[in-house]
Amino acid sequence: MGKKLLIDRVGIEGIRYFDTYRKHGGYASVEKAFKMAPADIVEEIKKSGLRGRGGAGFPTGMKWSFLAKPEGVPRYLVCNADESEPGTFKDRYLMEFIPHLLIEGLVVSSFALGSNRTFIYIRGEYAWIVDILEQAIEEARQNGFLGNNILNSGFDCEIYVQRGAGAYICGEETALLESLEGKRGNPRIKPPFPAVKGLWDSPTVVNNVETLAAVVPIINMGGDAYSQIGIGKSTGTKLISACGNINRPGVYEIDMTISVEEFVYSDEYCGGIPNGKKLKACIPGGSSVPILPANLLFKTAKGEKRMMTYESLADGGFQTGSMMGSGGFIVLDEDQCVVRHTLTLARFYRHESCGQCSPCREGTGWMEKILNNIEYGRGKMNDIDLLWDIQRRIEGNTICPLGDAAAWPVAAAIRHFRDEFEWHVLNPEESQKRNYGLANYAEPREVVAS
Amino acid sequence: MPDEKKLFKVTIDNITIEVEPGTSILQAARKIGGDVAPPAMCYYTPLKGSGGKCRTCLVEVAAGSTADPRPMPKLVASCRTNVMDGMIVKNITSEKVIDARNGVVEFLLINHPLDCPICDQAGECHLQDLSYEHGKEGTRYEFKRRTFEKVDLGPFIQLHMTRCILCYRCVYTADQVSKKREHGVLDRGDHSQIATYIKNSLDNDFIGNVIDVCPVGALTDRTFRFKNRVWFLKPMDAHRDCPKCSGKVTLWNRGDEVYRVTARKDQWGEVHDWICNECRFEKKETKDWVIEGPTKINRHSVISQGHYVGTVKPREVLTEVMNGQAPRLLMDIHTVSEVNQPQIELSELPGPATGDVFENKNPKEK
Repeated sequence: MGKKLLIDRVGIEGIRYFDTYRKHGGYASVEKAFKMAPADIVEEIKKSGLRGRGGAGFPTGMKWSFLAKPEGVPRYLVCNADESEPGTFKDRYLMEFIPHLLIEGLVVSSFALGSNRTFIYIRGEYAWIVDILEQAIEEARQNGFLGNNILNSGFDCEIYVQRGAGAYICGEETALLESLEGKRGNPRIKPPFPAVKGLWDSPTVVNNVETLAAVVPIINMGGDAYSQIGIGKSTGTKLISACGNINRPGVYEIDMTISVEEFVYSDEYCGGIPNGKKLKACIPGGSSVPILPANLLFKTAKGEKRMMTYESLADGGFQTGSMMGSGGFIVLDEDQCVVRHTLTLARFYRHESCGQCSPCREGTGWMEKILNNIEYGRGKMNDIDLLWDIQRRIEGNTICPLGDAAAWPVAAAIRHFRDEFEWHVLNPEESQKRNYGLANYAEPREVVAS
Repeated sequence: MPDEKKLFKVTIDNITIEVEPGTSILQAARKIGGDVAPPAMCYYTPLKGSGGKCRTCLVEVAAGSTADPRPMPKLVASCRTNVMDGMIVKNITSEKVIDARNGVVEFLLINHPLDCPICDQAGECHLQDLSYEHGKEGTRYEFKRRTFEKVDLGPFIQLHMTRCILCYRCVYTADQVSKKREHGVLDRGDHSQIATYIKNSLDNDFIGNVIDVCPVGALTDRTFRFKNRVWFLKPMDAHRDCPKCSGKVTLWNRGDEVYRVTARKDQWGEVHDWICNECRFEKKETKDWVIEGPTKINRHSVISQGHYVGTVKPREVLTEVMNGQAPRLLMDIHTVSEVNQPQIELSELPGPATGDVFENKNPKEK
C-alpha cells in the first residue's frame, strides 16, 4: 500500500469543516511555517523536489525562486483550479472533499512568497465547489488563519475565489491572468514570464491546486523526508484520476513507486479491464499527452518496466513514450476506436482554441474536419499524411501550449495506430458497423521536432 | 561628452548589424532590409502590444547571446523577441523557418475566400504579397470555407469578416488611437470574429484608421468600395491644415479626381501619422489639399507598376538581328503614304492655342 499524504483524511466524516480538519492535524503546517523565514520555506520546497502537478512538471521550488521581488510592488499567488483537461478530475476531488488542505497550502505558500492577496481561479463548471471553498475560507478567517495579522506574525493574507466562464484556454497561466484581470482570456506572449510581470504587471506565481496542497505535507514532514518518497526526480505523491474502461474509476493517490501495470490491474487502484476485455491503449496523463498502445504502456521501448513516474512515462520521448501530464489516466479497451477517440479530442481542441494565433485557430479546425471524414467513411489515404503534416506545422509554432496539446494526440494516434486509420479509409462501410479491434500496432513514425 | 550607448551586435542571415538594446529581431532585420526582414501580418510598430499572433514572422535563433549561446528550442516570433548581444538569427537561411512560414500561410489561406478579383484591397494586400511569396498554387483544403455576413459599421466602414485573418490590429487601433473602444473580438477559436456586439456603428473621429491598418480587405472604405482598383490610381502626398490631426495624407487620384484619402504609409505598410475621419472621408476634392508630389510606394506592389519610374528606352533589336538592315514593313509611314504631309508641322496649324485671334466656335458656351 502506497503512502498517502493528500487524500488520506478524505474518509473522515465532516473533514470539510474546520473543526474536524483542525482536530485531525489541520493547519499544523501554518503554525510551523510562520516560525520559519519565508526564504527557508522556499528552500524546503526546493529540497523536496516537488514538481508542478498541473501538467508541465516544472520544479516548484525553482519557480518560486524565480519570483522577482522589486520594492513597493505587490506580489501575487494565483491558484490554478481551472481543471478542464478531458480525463483529469483530481483537483475537483481535492477541493470538494478536503478544501481546507488547499486553503492551508495557500496560506503557507502566500507567506513564503509574500503574497497578501491570493486568488483561486476556479473552473466555471465547478459552481458548487466555489461555495465549499468560500465556506472554508470564511471558517479559516474566523479561526485566525486568514485575514489580518495571522497568528500574530504581522502577515496579512486574503484569499479570493474567482470563477472562470467555461474556457479551457484559461487554464494556461497567462490566459488565466488575463481572465482574472477581467479581459478576454487570450494567452500572453512570453517573455515576460508571470514571475516578472504577471497579474496587473506584478510578479506572480501560478500553481496548480495539487501542487499547493502538497506544500502542506512538505512543511509538516520536511523537504528531505518528502524527497525520499518516489523514484529519482519524481518525488512525493501524485493524484491520478483514472477513467475509461476500468473496473474502478476514481481518484487515486500514488507514491510514484508503482508500475503502470500494477496501477491498471491491481485491485487497490484501477482493478483491471471490465468484462474480461483486453487493453488496447492508454493515455497516461490527460487528453493532451500522446496515447500509448498496450505494447508500449507496460514496457518501454528498451524493455524496461514502465513506472508511474515523470521520467519513466516520458521514456523514449514522443516516439515510444508519453508524459505524466496532469494525471488523467484514460484507459481504452479493445472495443474502442482510436479514430473516433482522436476525433473527439480534435473536436475539443478546435472548440477550445482561443483563436489568437493562426496555426492553432485554423489547424485545429482543419484536423477535426479531416478526422470527421475518416471516421464517417469519407476519408482518403493521403488524408492521413495530410493530418500528419498539419499537426507537424501546428506543434511548436503557437503562442501557448494549446497548439502542442492539440497536435500531440493526433500525432501519437497516427504514429501508433496508422493501421486503424488505413482500415477506416479502405473499409468505409465496414468501419461504420464495427470497430477495428485490437491494433496491429504499426511501426511508430519518426518524430519531427519534439 | 556624448553618451555612449552600448549597442547589441546581432547577426541575421549572416549579416551583422548593431542595434540598440530593446530592439526586436524584426526591427533589426528591417534595418538590414530586403529579404532578410520577415513578413509581419499582425505586428504594427505604432500599436502597443500588437504582434505575436499571426506567426508569419517566426525565425530561428541559432544562438541566444554571447553570454548564453544556446539555441532557442522553438522558433520565436521575431516581432516580440528582443535581440541580445551576440544573437545569431536565421530567417531565410533556415529551412525550418521557411517550412513553418509556408505552413502558416497555408493556415491563413484555408479559410480566406481568395476573392481578390472583387476585393478592394487587392494590389495593396499584405496577404496577397505573402501568398505570392510563400503560398502554393493549389490548396489541400477540401472543405467549405468559413463565411460571415458583411456588416456596415457606420456610414464609412464595412466589415467583411470572411476575409479577416484576426490580426487584432484594428482592435488595438480602436483602443489606442481613438477615444473609446467600440469593437473587439467575440467568440473564440475558428469562429471568433471582430464585432461591435450590439451597436453596429463605429463613430469617432479617428476610427477610419482601422481601414489603413487592416492587412487584408476585411475593413474597407465605404466611400471607395468598387470605385477603382488601387493600381489605376496615382498616390500623391498632400496636406491640409486640420484642427484634429496632422493633416498629412496620401491622395489617390485618377486624373483630377480624388478617389480616396489614406494616411501615409512607410515601406512596411505602417502608418505613423494617424488621420481623422474628416480628412479621410469628406475632403475628396483636389482643392482641399496642398499637393506635395507623387508618393513612392517602396513595397513590391502592383501600385508601383506603370508609374514611369526607372523606365528605360527600349533597345532597337530588329536592326541588330537583321545585320543592320531595317525591315521594309517598318519604313516611315509618312514617306509612303500620300495622305500625310510630313512637311507640315501639325502643332503650327492655327487653332485656339496658336491662332492670333481666338474665336470660340462652340455656340453652347456663349
